[in-house]
Amino acid sequence: MWDAYLFEFVNFYLIPGLVLGCIYALGAIGITLTFGILRFANFAHGEIMMSGAYLTWTVMAIAGYAGLTLHPLVAMVPATFLVILLFLGTDRYFYKPFRKEDTIKVVMASFGMMLIIRSLVQVIWGPNQIAFVRGIAKPNEALRDFTGNIGAMIIMPNKHLFIFAGTLIIVVALGYLLNRTRIGKAMRAVSDSPDLAHVTGINVDNVIRATWIVGGICAMAAGVFLVMDTQMLETTMGFRMLLPMFAAAILGGIGKPYGAVAGGLIIGLAEELSAYPWIGGAPLLSPGYKTGVAFAIMVVMLIVRPQGLFKGRSF
Amino acid sequence: MEAYVGYFLYLLSLLTVGGIYAIFALGLNVQWGFAGLFNVGIVGFAAVGAYTYALLTTASSTFHIGGFGLPLPIGMFVGMVMSAIVAGFIGLICIRLRADYLAIATIGIAEIIKLILKNETDITNGPRGVNKIPRMWEHFSEERFYSSWPMSWFGTPENWEAFFDSLPNWYWQPLFAGTILLIMYIIYRMLERARTAPWGRMMTAIRENEPAARASGKDVTRRRIEAFVIGAAIMGLAGALFAQHLRLIEPTNTFDPAKVTFLTWVMLILGGSGNNRGAILGAFLIWTIWSASELVITGAIDLISNFFSTLDPSILQTRAGFLRMMLIGILMQVILQRYPSGILPEVRPASPKADNKDAGSTGVTK
Repeated sequence: MWDAYLFEFVNFYLIPGLVLGCIYALGAIGITLTFGILRFANFAHGEIMMSGAYLTWTVMAIAGYAGLTLHPLVAMVPATFLVILLFLGTDRYFYKPFRKEDTIKVVMASFGMMLIIRSLVQVIWGPNQIAFVRGIAKPNEALRDFTGNIGAMIIMPNKHLFIFAGTLIIVVALGYLLNRTRIGKAMRAVSDSPDLAHVTGINVDNVIRATWIVGGICAMAAGVFLVMDTQMLETTMGFRMLLPMFAAAILGGIGKPYGAVAGGLIIGLAEELSAYPWIGGAPLLSPGYKTGVAFAIMVVMLIVRPQGLFKGRSF
Repeated sequence: MEAYVGYFLYLLSLLTVGGIYAIFALGLNVQWGFAGLFNVGIVGFAAVGAYTYALLTTASSTFHIGGFGLPLPIGMFVGMVMSAIVAGFIGLICIRLRADYLAIATIGIAEIIKLILKNETDITNGPRGVNKIPRMWEHFSEERFYSSWPMSWFGTPENWEAFFDSLPNWYWQPLFAGTILLIMYIIYRMLERARTAPWGRMMTAIRENEPAARASGKDVTRRRIEAFVIGAAIMGLAGALFAQHLRLIEPTNTFDPAKVTFLTWVMLILGGSGNNRGAILGAFLIWTIWSASELVITGAIDLISNFFSTLDPSILQTRAGFLRMMLIGILMQVILQRYPSGILPEVRPASPKADNKDAGSTGVTK
């Protein structure tokens, strides 16, 4: 049963696909929440993810000078506050003036923000790649030995385990927030009908603030998980993630955080599995076209079912 | 004398690139200014136009497909058509959805086009790009042009060679700039005609009040696709001219979304969206600022590196380029918030038969 083919399939295609899917899922949560609650496609989301990763690296580097070796997940915490401030600041100064106007103005403003944030990162940290963590990630030995003994060997570096665990925790926490807490329920209400929510006495400004904070935490985690996986900081990585994240949000249905998670996992898996040699020995699709898979799925969804898998909002 | 030639050539290159950007801005004006379609994939349409032109007109080459050596106008025309076809495909899928989706789809198609150009190495030579793209007027002095018809009817290759040697080596620059400005003017006149024609008024009606336009029997979806395709064709033409100006194109750096899509947007918004003259004005203004600030920054870096010899000027140079991009982005935000109608606000076309007083709240008529 667990032959060489399956071993290869699971370890080199399925698991990387799930890892990528987790990253897309976390990014898409923020996009789908802003799209659902503030009603615009935030093009700056990927760049904020990217700047979050750079901030985390900076925190790690500063701690390194002081003689401390911080794990990225620890260094992420102070950086998250900065990213949330960045989100709230952009909202206050660049998006809020257009709240009463045509939504397309905000989309334009977010498009401008995308370039402003990226240029700012390039000015501060320079345009070249930076190594996030050096060295080759070794597979987790306990997991390898255990799965090897039961006859289905899984090779997974620690970083992937952290990514899975982190995504799971964030998704469960998000579920609790949206279903059990007052602010989460208010967020869902505004997403369904802003006017009705306003009439019921929900403070829309607070909801918007909460949206940015939740989106900021998810974007931050997605950015850090991405650089933990690739071990490389690049200024273009936010932009590269943008299209798959939009595809995931649309696939899951706009305004549906769980849909975004499912969409992210599907897009991530589809991208990785498209390179698997399903027919014959060659990859089904040249790995250079991975990004194209996300776009193709998105286009098909827009034609067939614009409201997404989970009946989101369709405009 | 030499110095004046230098200034003159700088001015000409400013006009050339400014003119190309003006054509981009005019194309965007059809999509955004007339029809209200949010296209953030300008770079994709430019790349389609540029690569089509490049592959059709270059001399046959082993690096990429063809090099068909076709006449230049054919290359430019096919570039326009290809760009229009891509736009039609996107339009059919996304135009009936809300504007955000069109934005996502256009930014996506631009990336996919670049991905194809990068990966199909047999066709496009991949990341290494296509070079030796013939440039209008300058191409006459290439051997493969003057040794074949129709130029060979008028003189032997030796005569032509002697003739081109007698000209200063920048002879083509005024001609090239002039042709681009002429193309820009023709497009401007055509768009002005379209704007004041019933078609233009219908576009305004669809943009401002879609349900009303639909109720009065306009085929909204079809008209929007029309505007999208026309705009994309103009962008394809501008892309072909861009390829001629650069002579070497490759997918990543030449077609950087920041430098094509974003600059064009800032130009149109600054000049005044919906106003063709505004689009042209904005293009030249922003391009002059962009290009002049490079000179200022270079001067400033020289000055700084004289005082602080520990700093590496080349690093400062690249960082300053990004700083410039950021300032342009902030400029865009300021215009959007404070001066949303731009320098030359849109003038609503009214029916030529209508009395000025009857134009009502649409304001100034013309």
